[in-house]
Amino acid sequence: MQSYNLNETHIVTPDEEIALSTHQLQVFYGSNHSMTDASLSFPRFQITALIGASGSGKSTYLRSLNRMNDRIATVKGEIMYRHTDINSRKVNVFEVRKHIGMVFQKPNPFAKSIYDNITFALKAAGLTNKKVLDDRVESSLKEAALWDEVKDDLHKSALSLSGGQQQRLCIARAIAMQPDILLLDEPASALDPISTAKLEMTLKNLTEKYTIIIVTHNMQQASRISTYTAFFHLGHVIEYDKTETIFQTPQIQATRDYVTGHFG
Amino acid sequence: MDEIQKKLVSPSKASHEDILGRIISYTCIAAIIILVVSILYFITSRGIATFTNDHVNLWRFLSGTDWNPGSLDAKGNPQVGALPMIVTSFSVTVLAALVATPFAIAVALFMTDIAPKTGARFLQPVIELLVGIPSVVYGFIGLTVIVPAIRQLFGGTGSGILAGTIVLFVMVLPTITSLSVDALKAVPGYFRSASLALGATRFQTIYKVLLRAAMPRLLTAIIFGMARAFGEALAVQMVIGNAALMPHNLITPTSTLTSQLTTNIGNTIMGTLPNNALWSLALILLLMSLVFNLLIRFIGKRGTINS
Amino acid sequence: MTPHQTDRVATQIINLLVAVVVLILLFLLGDIIISGLPHISWHFLTSPSSSFSAGGGIRDQLFNSLYLLVLTLVISFPLALGAAIYLSEYAGNNWFTGLIRTAIEVLSSLPSVVVGLFGYLLFVISFHLGFSILSGAIALTFFNLPLLVRSIEGSLHAVPDSQREAGIALGLSNWRTIRGIILPAALPGILTGIILSAGRVFGEAAALIYTAGQSAPIVDYTNWNPVDSNSFLNPMRPAETLAVHIWKVNTEGVTPDAVSISAGASAVLIIVILIFNFGARAIGNHLYKNMTGGK
Repeated sequence: MQSYNLNETHIVTPDEEIALSTHQLQVFYGSNHSMTDASLSFPRFQITALIGASGSGKSTYLRSLNRMNDRIATVKGEIMYRHTDINSRKVNVFEVRKHIGMVFQKPNPFAKSIYDNITFALKAAGLTNKKVLDDRVESSLKEAALWDEVKDDLHKSALSLSGGQQQRLCIARAIAMQPDILLLDEPASALDPISTAKLEMTLKNLTEKYTIIIVTHNMQQASRISTYTAFFHLGHVIEYDKTETIFQTPQIQATRDYVTGHFG
Repeated sequence: MDEIQKKLVSPSKASHEDILGRIISYTCIAAIIILVVSILYFITSRGIATFTNDHVNLWRFLSGTDWNPGSLDAKGNPQVGALPMIVTSFSVTVLAALVATPFAIAVALFMTDIAPKTGARFLQPVIELLVGIPSVVYGFIGLTVIVPAIRQLFGGTGSGILAGTIVLFVMVLPTITSLSVDALKAVPGYFRSASLALGATRFQTIYKVLLRAAMPRLLTAIIFGMARAFGEALAVQMVIGNAALMPHNLITPTSTLTSQLTTNIGNTIMGTLPNNALWSLALILLLMSLVFNLLIRFIGKRGTINS
Repeated sequence: MTPHQTDRVATQIINLLVAVVVLILLFLLGDIIISGLPHISWHFLTSPSSSFSAGGGIRDQLFNSLYLLVLTLVISFPLALGAAIYLSEYAGNNWFTGLIRTAIEVLSSLPSVVVGLFGYLLFVISFHLGFSILSGAIALTFFNLPLLVRSIEGSLHAVPDSQREAGIALGLSNWRTIRGIILPAALPGILTGIILSAGRVFGEAAALIYTAGQSAPIVDYTNWNPVDSNSFLNPMRPAETLAVHIWKVNTEGVTPDAVSISAGASAVLIIVILIFNFGARAIGNHLYKNMTGGK
């Protein structure tokens, strides 16, 4: 692999309302440094894509944003959300995750009915009114574009759905909590092209209400759906700018090689 | 600070729940640790009383052949020679393992390499069931079938090491078999195919490749069987004869550590020498089970297949 | 001999050894069932035992075994569950966890007679509980705990980590995730483990001789007050179980029909354990099918 100067970076700060930002975020697995000084700001109600090769640290970075790495890694630096550093030990992580939801690479519905998948966390959060729960199930399934396919068998096991449907159920489950921000970790990697197209449509529509940060290894996907894109390489953020800039006139050699496919 | 900001930095129902969960599971684990420590402590403190309170010489205890804790010998020392029980316990354990091992490994090979379908459909459930048969049932069959048969063939009472060995052989057979099956199944399939592809016969493959690769885990299986045999109480107690005498051959009545304990602990008074001497036998049992445990760990650590 | 002849001979030897084992198994099961079944009758199951005359039944022993089993599970299941949750969900990969695992292994390798004697020393004598169902249940708990902990931990471990992530990513506490998501998903495995351990507990005798005792006092099966001394539910009374009964009638040799009683009781023991084994499989499969929506 060609070696690049990892200190040569081009990172912009979007001139818009910022939903979430990190300052010099570092991640260590044991004594291994797997993420160095990532400082990024994510604009509100937009889709931001994180791209890069496997092992570039993009997933590690994403998972740090709602403290999913707490048990397996040490995360240093600041994560600012609503003027609060949510990476501080004093912060209530359960509360953080209610506002910053996450959807994973492999669909992971609970071994429960479709209805219970969505209501389980709502009930735990104290929502008990049947009518409100029903409404929340319907609206989140509609937002995730799954309602028409499952409305007649909400009490069927979620595990009987197809892979694409399961992933949209996971999105519905996350947005039923009415978060501010949705983190998606390669949500389409286990799906076929038709399901992927449906999922991308769904995501675009969701920007009306949510800020979305998505990790993807699929550059076409990034260019189709995101307004901003960050390129990660070997645990460093190399370039961050508007998506068209990243794909058409990248400033850094490593980014140029990656988006044109001359990489590695 | 708006409301959401406040919520972000203050504890919620979820954080209380999490503390509760930790308290519950930590308490359970603490209870188990306390339990293990107190078993070790109580049995040890009782077991050493023979030596600390009654001043019995440890060597004499381990090497003496006369067991009659209630009375003194010609020199005025208490008759607490545990050697007959120790010898008998080890004899039945080793003999049972020796007899059971070839059968167990043959059955395991049959189930994994010779006829896996018949093995899975028929032998597997039967072996599982046999592991679950209560030891008193084995003892009862030993008492009603094996002891009379030995009496017919060799004379005498029929009780003794031979009867104990046969009963224990049948008891440890399923244990060793099912662990051996696991051991053989853990050998990667490409070991077999590589050997067969080189033109080796099935037996050459089994003998030179499979058994060697699985050897550490097979040894562990045998030690597990021996640990079970060594600690087995009632089945052996029913067929061994329960006379605390040095065994002279395989068919005279004798006594194991466990059978001596079960027969007599209820008939002695707590704190007296006869009682303390029995607790010392229990301590030997405890120490031996620790030794078996260490052996299994030691072999297990050295014997992981690098693949 | 050529390698091929050796191969043939060796295979024949293995087949022969297997045949011998199969014969032993058939003989064992056949002996228990054939010599036991004729003695099982309604009268045998429902009349009290008698020490010195023939014709006694096993009513009280059978009930004691079941009652003891239930009490043991009531005590050991929550403890084992909590410990298994600790090991599979909270324990770090460090020396302390290693120590706990060693402790549990040591406990599981102790001979049951040693566990029984410890129960005798601590509960029967030091705590003055006497020979009682409670002492027996506690001793059996010690005996049962390590196995149950290991099987529950295995079932929890088999639930993919993605389920845990799904739960906490929704802002659920770890505890709520474990209780509401991981435990239900692990339930088939946990139940199978409990039922299999129940089979072991049901047949155990060595740990009970000096804890639950060797006598079965006549109790009143209509007295539902567990603190009454003659109530069948009183946990402070001595209680000889079926397995202990088989041992006792054979070693004391005062009961004239000891052999037929033991044969019948052994068959009952084996049948109950068979039911447990098949039940465990059936329930495990059924729950698994239900949960995955028949897929």
